[in-house]
Amino acid sequence: MSGLAHYLEDEGIATTAIALIRKHAEEIKPPRALAVPFELGRPLGAPNEPDFQRRVLRDLLELLEQESGPVLEDFPDDAPGAVVEQEGWACPVNFAAPLADMSDEELLAQTLLQEISLLKPWYEESKQIRGGRTNFGISGLAPEDTPAFFAALVVHREDTPSPIADKPLPLAFKQAADDMRYYYMEAAIARPDNRVSDLEIGNWLWGETTLGKVLVEIRNWAMESENPGFKALAPSGMVPTHQRYRTKHG
Amino acid sequence: MVHLREMPDHLREALVNQELPEYGDTPWVTPKPLNECRVALISTAGLHRREDAPFTPGSGDYRIIPDDYDMDQLVMSHLSTNFDRSGFYQDVNTSFPFDRLRELADEGVIGSVASRHYSFMGATPPTVMEPIARDLAKVLKADNVDAVALVPV
Repeated sequence: MSGLAHYLEDEGIATTAIALIRKHAEEIKPPRALAVPFELGRPLGAPNEPDFQRRVLRDLLELLEQESGPVLEDFPDDAPGAVVEQEGWACPVNFAAPLADMSDEELLAQTLLQEISLLKPWYEESKQIRGGRTNFGISGLAPEDTPAFFAALVVHREDTPSPIADKPLPLAFKQAADDMRYYYMEAAIARPDNRVSDLEIGNWLWGETTLGKVLVEIRNWAMESENPGFKALAPSGMVPTHQRYRTKHG
Repeated sequence: MVHLREMPDHLREALVNQELPEYGDTPWVTPKPLNECRVALISTAGLHRREDAPFTPGSGDYRIIPDDYDMDQLVMSHLSTNFDRSGFYQDVNTSFPFDRLRELADEGVIGSVASRHYSFMGATPPTVMEPIARDLAKVLKADNVDAVALVPV
């Protein structure tokens, strides 16, 4: 991010950058940076907090009034609601325990499909509450198309055909997996008043759902795969750092 | 959880202490007074219009976000698994503060909002991004943009 600031400013455009990792701004020295003490993924602090977000953006833009630089300032306040862990968050749907035996492709696909069907009304509810907003749909596959694809990947690994005509298998998998993680997350936080952390959603998705188990299983073989696409994706592109302890390779 | 201070030590250390590219001396442009500046947002969250192609690994390219687009239809196809997305899902402005920028223009804090905004996908090697970013600066000038706010995830 701060690298972009160097290039743009060098071409004559004034820049001011939010820094989520202060040390990186200290080292890269972009012309103007505002270090913020927020979660990665939340550069303006928190959702649905317009006054707070406006203060952050205003402080960021006011760095443009400084006469010389590099300038690195700190935003003084934590994001609203960041420290309080709300107790009692639970996904609206109670699932059976995730499938333990992953060798039966058909059973696996059926179990996944059932999970998706149980979540569907909550996904739709969530989407409706937010005026039709959803991040699902990156891959182009329908939710119902993914169970057979993921089950095949668990059993046949790199020999699975790509379900998307012009996309190589690793990319098709990555986009479908991200889509399904969005689908589950959006369903899980259907209630608009629900403040839930990335960790809580992660613990549920990766620890309590068959989708999570399937994605861990795929990551386990991908770490040992000779396929260049899976090899590149496996270390950090499949499982969030806080859930990697569930995988064979950590 | 993905707050740095809550990360397991070894992961935080690896992230914070990763090797960074050298950029040399810091360039400096003195812009117009802020209340006359035309401002564009540049995100590295891998955002794009629903109808645009998703980001792919290592490409270094960007997507255009026009100011009259329905920002609730923006989607995120960043490849990283390591930042919170639930905030963005609940409110676009958590990572793309377009409504806030509009408000600051209405209040007269900035001069105006640019007609086009941009998103890259961060974590692309800077050497790949450099020529693209330099070309983008020309486009920004053609749109009379005086300053950009860079917003990472």
